[in-house]
Parts: sequence; structure tokens; C-alpha cells
Amino acid sequence: MSEPWGPHDLGGQEGGPIDLAEHDTAYWEWQIDAMVRLALRKGLISDFAELRDGIEQLTPHDYDQCTYYERWAKSLAYTLVSRGVISRQQLEDRIDKVRARQEAEGVA
Amino acid sequence: MTDHDHDHSRTLQPDHAEPTSEGARVGLALRELLIEAGHYTPEEEQAVIAAMQDASPADGGRIVARAWTDPEYKARLLANGATAIRELGYELEPYEFTVMENDDVTHNVIVCTLCSCYPRSLLGMSPAWYKSASYRARIVREPRSVLAEFGVELTADVNVRVHDSTAELRYMVLPQKPDGTEDWSEERLAELVTRDSLIGTQRVLKLARKPGES
Repeated sequence: MSEPWGPHDLGGQEGGPIDLAEHDTAYWEWQIDAMVRLALRKGLISDFAELRDGIEQLTPHDYDQCTYYERWAKSLAYTLVSRGVISRQQLEDRIDKVRARQEAEGVA
Repeated sequence: MTDHDHDHSRTLQPDHAEPTSEGARVGLALRELLIEAGHYTPEEEQAVIAAMQDASPADGGRIVARAWTDPEYKARLLANGATAIRELGYELEPYEFTVMENDDVTHNVIVCTLCSCYPRSLLGMSPAWYKSASYRARIVREPRSVLAEFGVELTADVNVRVHDSTAELRYMVLPQKPDGTEDWSEERLAELVTRDSLIGTQRVLKLARKPGES
């Protein structure tokens, strides 16, 4: 069997039992879902394949540690920074601001 | 309706705590930036979320029931899924759509090994296990034992076909019409169809469904 392309290339690997439990989608996950769809609709990205490319840029560690919508968030961030829609600095500053706000509110 | 005396780009849903993982913060930060820059509005976000929450496997069930009762429709559906589905008034994201038919000697099951592509606008949110590493890894390696975990017992004469979705091509399974439903209406037939039967992790549709069963 050939080597996987990256951490996302799971087909044919071995794995444990499948957890069949259903789970509810959290509201922030719906928001990321909507953000991706709106980015597509507004032409900020060209197609889902572009997002896949962003996911494939994740390090194996990030890929394993991130939940599904966290990966989508990081992928869209990577894609929009690459395209110049936002700057890396802008994003990093805002992440700091969100963290500071959460710490001030005692949720972080 | 929404009251407008607060900072909208920050609004999550009441009772929904802000997620504090690093990855989720990236999402929150990006969302705020895009809304502030005017790329989309919180109202548009709401509309998209509502539409996606509205999609459910019942839509897939109606398509299947039409195919069961109208052979010409079924032929169109199998020939070009996207066109035939839009014909019934459903909106699809811009991708190809292929419907794979189960029969006595064929069982189809779908996966997306590389990520988690799924016909969301038609079937609603995918189940958590569909996105799990174990399902994605194993369904192409040992489909029969994975299907057995879902309660699908296949005899040796049934071929299993595993279809790996991509960002541009989605699949849906056309399950077999159960025996004993010959005089059933299309509406009644549609209610038999489950999410898992459209994914292929269920093969035999039950004539009586328990309330709340997906």
C-alpha cells in the first residue's frame, strides 16, 4: 500500500471501532459552516477544493488535534490570508483580542 | 426579532458559550473580521444556518420514493443525479451528484476518506461517525466488518461498492424498495427512507419505524 499524502489521507489505514453516537452541532460550528458557505457564495474563495487545499496545509499535529470545524476555520483563514482578503497580522491581532476578551469574561 | 443594541459581529446564540480552543478562536476572529469588513452580514449568516438546519434526510427520502414509483425518473436520476434532483426543486451546491442503486447482489456505501464531503444540502448535517478517522480509514479497507458494526449483514454473494466522495462529486445511495409496499403512496414510501440507508450503513428498510429513529 502506498504512503499516505498527509494526515488527511486516511483511506485504507487501520483504525479502531467507530463511535456511533450522534452529537449536536454547537452554534459556533454552524457559524463556521455558514462562514465557509458565504465565503464561497461571495467569491472570496472559488470552490470547496480550495478549502481542502487549506486543510491539507495543516501539520499532522494540528490535523489530529483539531475538531472538524476547527480545521475548516484554519483552512479558511489560511486561504483568505493567501489570497490577501485579510492580512496575517490582522488575523493574529484579532485572535489576541478574542483571547483577551474571553479571559476578561472568565471563559478562557 | 433580533434586537440591535449590541455588537452583532460578536453575537453568538444566547446560552451558547464561546468556544475557547485555539482552532475555534481562529474561526471566531475570522468571522468578526469578515463581518466588519462587510463581506457578509449577521442576517445572511442566520439565513444560511436556518437553511442548512432545515435540510434533512427527508429530502433524500422524497427523491428515493419518486425513483421507486416512476421508472423514467429513476433512469434520469441514475444517469445524472444533479439534474434529476434539481428537477424536483431541490437546490444543490455546484457539484456533480451520482446516485448508486442497491440491488440483490450489490450494496453501495459512501465515504469521504480525505475529509468529510457529504450531500449536506440534501441530507442535512452528516453524522459524527461519518467524519471520524475510523470510519474514513476502515470503510475502504474492511467494508464488510465496518458494515457489520452498523448491523448490516451481507451474504458472500453481495458485492460491496465503496464510493469515495470529493469536493466536486457527492454520492447518495438508492436503497431497495422493501417488499410488501406495492400499493403504498409515494409519500408513505418516502417516510421509510432513513439517513443511514442513503449513506449505505443500513441496507434493509423497516416498514415500521420507531419515533425519533434516524
